[in-house]
Amino acid sequence: MSLLIAFVASMLVGCGTWLLLQRRLSRIIIGVGLLGHGANLLLLVSGGRRGTAPLIGVGDAADFADPLPQALALTAIVITFGVTTFLLALGFRAWQISNDDVVEDDVEDRYIARRAQIDREVADEIEAERAQAAEEDRR
Amino acid sequence: MSQLVPLPIVLPLLGAALSVVFGRWHGFQRLVGVVCLSTSLVISIVLLVAADDTGFVVAQGGGWPAPIGISLVVDRLSAIMLVVSAIMLLAVLVYAIGQGEVERVHAGFHPTYLVLAAGVAASLLTGDLFNLFVSFEMMLAASYVLITMGGRAAQVRSGMTYVVISLVASTFFIIVLALIYSATGTINLADLSERIPELSGEVQLMFAIALLVVFGIKAGLFPLFFWLPDSYPTAPAPVTAIFAGLLTKVGVYAIIRTQTLMFPIDARPATLILVVAALTMTVGVFGAIAQDDVKRILSFHIVSQIGYMIFALGLFTVAGVAAAVFYTFNNIILKTNLLLVAGLVERRGGSSRLSEVGGMVRTAPLLGLLFALPALSLAGLPPFGGFVAKFAVFDAGAWSEQWVLVGVAAFVSLLTMYSMTKIWAGAFWGEREEEPSGRPEPGGRLGGPVLMVGSTAAVVLVGLAVMIWAAPLYAFTERAAVDLLDPSRYVEAVLGERP
Repeated sequence: MSLLIAFVASMLVGCGTWLLLQRRLSRIIIGVGLLGHGANLLLLVSGGRRGTAPLIGVGDAADFADPLPQALALTAIVITFGVTTFLLALGFRAWQISNDDVVEDDVEDRYIARRAQIDREVADEIEAERAQAAEEDRR
Repeated sequence: MSQLVPLPIVLPLLGAALSVVFGRWHGFQRLVGVVCLSTSLVISIVLLVAADDTGFVVAQGGGWPAPIGISLVVDRLSAIMLVVSAIMLLAVLVYAIGQGEVERVHAGFHPTYLVLAAGVAASLLTGDLFNLFVSFEMMLAASYVLITMGGRAAQVRSGMTYVVISLVASTFFIIVLALIYSATGTINLADLSERIPELSGEVQLMFAIALLVVFGIKAGLFPLFFWLPDSYPTAPAPVTAIFAGLLTKVGVYAIIRTQTLMFPIDARPATLILVVAALTMTVGVFGAIAQDDVKRILSFHIVSQIGYMIFALGLFTVAGVAAAVFYTFNNIILKTNLLLVAGLVERRGGSSRLSEVGGMVRTAPLLGLLFALPALSLAGLPPFGGFVAKFAVFDAGAWSEQWVLVGVAAFVSLLTMYSMTKIWAGAFWGEREEEPSGRPEPGGRLGGPVLMVGSTAAVVLVGLAVMIWAAPLYAFTERAAVDLLDPSRYVEAVLGERP
């Protein structure tokens, strides 16, 4: 049983990672959801063997399943749910602004890169002029 | 005393609730925010004194003894971080009120900001690994809202990167938590400190590296920092300032806490930490040099400075950890300060791009002074607090004979100086080269509204106080380091006397 859950968790994490690497926010959100599910399954399975519901007064305490991972998974699910909702809202806002939900590059990065290119072009020009001047001198 | 421990978390949360309910009354929201944060500042100071007195102040959630209940622990490290972050949160709130842009327009600013304060306090106080996850989420969820508040196109774009990368880090955190729980059967930090040494060496090392990656994303370590300089500068000025000051440093705090408390000395990836530190320092500062925008230069510096803290931590000696703690809290003050000034410069000049502002030393001389003091301190010039912090790092490195790293750190220090002079020459000297993209606001003689300049000046004074009381503060961090490197004291304080 644990092996099956571990396998399912790995599948979820794998698919989630692939979706996360896409450019579209809608896919990224689904990817984040899958990743979260995978992690929660792993939390659940970390409690060890199966057992009865851990209610005091019902059944033998030795048969109880470990309740802590379940509580942790529940908390994690709630948090993932909330943040996913926020991401969806963010995606909607992106769509409102640009009619698209593609995550773009860092604008400033491109600006810096372009500046470097301009610098290089200017340097090349100066270099060319110098070469020309040297050529004329030689003549 | 232990009844006071939950208050820095509970008070801001209560304030956030009040702030939501009375969202229509703007003055009331402001009052609640300022009152809550000043009260938690006072409580933090009381806790600091108590923690320095006895070493630890422990509160057990719901009266359940650890490791069953959730423990809140104040030791010297968390106490000093708590006090410094409370001062910064209060100062930035006053700054935001003075600026009156995002704070006035969005009724959601105050509640979210208070939740952020609660999340930061909870991260610093918790003695439980899962609770650390929850606290981080509380802090990050608030930060998602704050960074995209306003919903401009640039904010949405960079907000996406920020949210997604934080979510990935959180998911990875859950995975690591699940693995740790299945290996040890506990998530109480003190209990983990006893159980983890029982595991095999490889498993210990794997956990140590996995946690380093998780918190490395939040702290902005090389190569996991790429999201930071992109996302921080797009937020409103007060938000950028508090993020730059606090969020990454809470990540550093988590690294210091987990590495020293949970893992025995031979399971800590010290060499890896030192290599990452050197790369973080250099790549961060080179990134800063290439930039042309005040906020982005400072954002890259956040990354570079994290390298120093991690370098000092990676030595795992008393001098090293003490230097890391000193550097961390001093850097919170400096970074908040510089970005507050950057916000003022942007407001006064209409842009934060260096080519679009200039000559501020004539038009707003006070801003020049407020920038120069923390900038010189950040670059590590004596006699400022930044010099003491850097000297402590170099000294610790020299004692551990990490000459290469000390050399790299000194070189990076020079480059830091260079990029600070670049901001100075671009924004405060010379003339503006291009028309600013925004609208410059007249700032009067002060250079900005009284509350904005006043709170920035207050942060400068806190920075100067670190310089004046450097010796007692360093002695304090040394005591903190001794505790950190001997986890048995922490364990005893949380779990009680061991037979």
